[in-house]
Amino acid sequence: MTDERSDTAAFGFWVYLMTDLIVFATLFAAFFVLRGATFGGPAGRDIFRLPNALAETVILLASSLASSLAMNAVLRRRVRASLAWFGATFALGASFLALELSEFGRLIAQGDGPTRSAFLSAFFTLVGAHGLHIAIGLLWMIAGMIQLAVRGPRERTVSRLDRLNLFWHFLDLVWIFIFTAVYLVSFA
Amino acid sequence: MSFLFGNLTPADLPHSWYMIGGTVTIAALLLVASALLTRFKRWGWLWREWLTSTDPKRIGVMYILMALAMLLRGGVDAGMIWLQQSLSVGASQGYLTASHFQQIFTAHGDIMVFFATMGLLIGLMNLVVPLQIGARDLAFPFLNSLGFWLYVAGAVLINAFFAFGGSYAATGWLSLPPLAELAYSPGVGVDYWVWSLQISGLGSLLSGLNFFVTILRKRAPGMTLMRMPLFTWTSLCASALILTAFPVLTVTTLLIWLDRFFGLHFFTTTNGGNPMMYVNLIWMWGHPEVYILVLPSFGVFSEVVSTFSGKRLFGYVSMVLAAITLTFLSSLVWLHHFFTMGSGADVNAAFGISTMLIAIPAGVQVFNWIATMWRGRIRLMTPLNWFLGFAVLFVFGGMAGVLLASPTADYQLHNTLFLVAHFHTMIVGVGLFGIFAGLTFWFPKIFGFRLDERWGKRAFWLWLVGFLAAFTPLYVLGAMGANRRLDHYAASTGYQPLYVMAGVGFLIILAGAVAQIIQVIVSVKHRAELRDRTGDPWDGRTLEWSVPSPAPFYNFAVIPTVRGRDAFRETKHAHAHPAKRYEDIVLAKNTGMGVSVSAFALLLGFALVWHILWMIALGAVGIVACLIVRSFDDDTEYVLPAAEVRRLESQRARV
Repeated sequence: MTDERSDTAAFGFWVYLMTDLIVFATLFAAFFVLRGATFGGPAGRDIFRLPNALAETVILLASSLASSLAMNAVLRRRVRASLAWFGATFALGASFLALELSEFGRLIAQGDGPTRSAFLSAFFTLVGAHGLHIAIGLLWMIAGMIQLAVRGPRERTVSRLDRLNLFWHFLDLVWIFIFTAVYLVSFA
Repeated sequence: MSFLFGNLTPADLPHSWYMIGGTVTIAALLLVASALLTRFKRWGWLWREWLTSTDPKRIGVMYILMALAMLLRGGVDAGMIWLQQSLSVGASQGYLTASHFQQIFTAHGDIMVFFATMGLLIGLMNLVVPLQIGARDLAFPFLNSLGFWLYVAGAVLINAFFAFGGSYAATGWLSLPPLAELAYSPGVGVDYWVWSLQISGLGSLLSGLNFFVTILRKRAPGMTLMRMPLFTWTSLCASALILTAFPVLTVTTLLIWLDRFFGLHFFTTTNGGNPMMYVNLIWMWGHPEVYILVLPSFGVFSEVVSTFSGKRLFGYVSMVLAAITLTFLSSLVWLHHFFTMGSGADVNAAFGISTMLIAIPAGVQVFNWIATMWRGRIRLMTPLNWFLGFAVLFVFGGMAGVLLASPTADYQLHNTLFLVAHFHTMIVGVGLFGIFAGLTFWFPKIFGFRLDERWGKRAFWLWLVGFLAAFTPLYVLGAMGANRRLDHYAASTGYQPLYVMAGVGFLIILAGAVAQIIQVIVSVKHRAELRDRTGDPWDGRTLEWSVPSPAPFYNFAVIPTVRGRDAFRETKHAHAHPAKRYEDIVLAKNTGMGVSVSAFALLLGFALVWHILWMIALGAVGIVACLIVRSFDDDTEYVLPAAEVRRLESQRARV
């Protein structure tokens, strides 16, 4: 695996991230169009709990930091430290997902599920799409950690972890937009 | 709803004549193919040499074969539409029910756009782009194989209703809501539509990404961006458009499926849903898609005109700028597809003007091509014939487009056959003619012999005359007010003679297609005389003609160094043959993983159509498992030693 190959892979992954950004941009656009279409049901300020969303934000930001530290350790060929930091990233990511699912569960239980109104359809889909990405990232992290533990910091493994790290930061960035545009703005 | 089969019940299985006919035809073809493969013991060869190949030339050939099959399939639909419309007037109801007719025009559009034209284009890009930029492979060979197989899975799924039941969507090729919502289209047709587009769309996205990265990263030393051949430039532009447009298609079709599967309210008429948002979103993909289909053809024609005029392309820089301008403009005009939505005069005017602007870069191209031919040494061979036909149709259809760009005129012409005639002129007269020119032009590079000229020209003339006979009446009909997609009309409208004339045009096009099949058969028969011994049968100008025909699997024994535009032309008359220094070549190993992932994707798509929960789980887990297994495989490449390259090259030289 040459440097050039890793560079090409990284560049390709950046391009993929831009296409994924368009996926989220489209979902955001749909959300903004349908934001007011509550059809007599609740609006965002009636059902969102800001502390919950803030907790999710802090957890995800912390996981991004952990992911960076894990990557830093890999680049210094410190496998054990890297695995520990990736483990922390995974735990934080999983708890983020748990918080999100509990919010979904709460809303559905009180009758404010995605079928209630166009606004709720758009909310569940946008936030759910981000959650699905997080879940995929967690699966990827398990595979990456096994590779790192079994094979050590080989060029190809490091290159894959590098892309995972990018992916994770990207999801963090998308979440910042969700936190602002979906949650905060509802209370503005 | 049963656990084993979901919503699929015996009542859904094929029972009408056309579905049983389709199933029997497909089954018979598969049986014959299997029998032949078994008889000649070719299963292993097929799997090792073709199905698992990561060689872009082989993948390109497979794309084109699949796409040609789809072109025939969509052509049958076209014939059925025309026959119905010629017959179904006054007291006669024609030979098709309204719902069957609706499924046919829906399938015709989807098959032709997603599976015929897209397949041909991506196939052609696979054949040509790596050779043109002096590369041995694409940036991501596995993704290329995966993209192809996802495209195949999508093509299988869109035809699956023939054998496995249900029916196809009867909603028009873009399945606009509220018609496409569950309340008005309760069958599985729209679900088949969604999932075949999701799967094949993902394949297109992977191809777009691959070509984008390949063209930007894998060019031979010295090939700066402004030295790239025009086909590579337009492929780059088309790839960029795929990257920006296809994610929108993925989301839009997913949202309407969420409405249908989970009862959400994105585009419904109740609970605050907004059907017009769908129309906006789908055309934000749909208009760029048109340019994805035609841009590579512009590139083909630039190569063809310059080669067969024996001249450098006139106005290279303005050609590149025109392609880039078209790329940007095509993303800014989507609203002209629904001026009648009533966005107000200001919005309509803005989109009308941005649409008319497209005529400027389009005109620049036409003038440059003509100026390239001016005082050139013109050889009127088949590819140049296709160009001349295209030039006429492009100007013709382009002017119809400028007319439609005026909102006032559009209110009259919206959804009439005038529009249908316009976009067929663009997609057939520009897209398909370009692909035919390109296939004739590059055929010897892939197969080692040229195509027969006589039958090629016959095919061209039949296509051109047939096209004009088939679509000129539709312009007239549209201006007379004939709506598109009519399954029946009154005799007093006076439409019938024009519909019949269009049907005659269809038969002439059909004769053109038969001539093309004969052309291939005749050429294979006479391949000894048509053999291309030099690797440069047309006195070409770009790098692909510097390697022998058929191109070796490693493309270039020695990666060339480029010193100018028309890279090969620059060096071939220099009479300098520097000693070749062979090096070890690293190539991608074949892999069956693309086939496996796509098989699971097909299973997943089918299960989602019919709500078969266990199969949904199986498909999803299968895909994830395959990808994880693949990620653990670090042994994906092999080295072709320099000595072996030398042996292969000298072997070729002796032949």
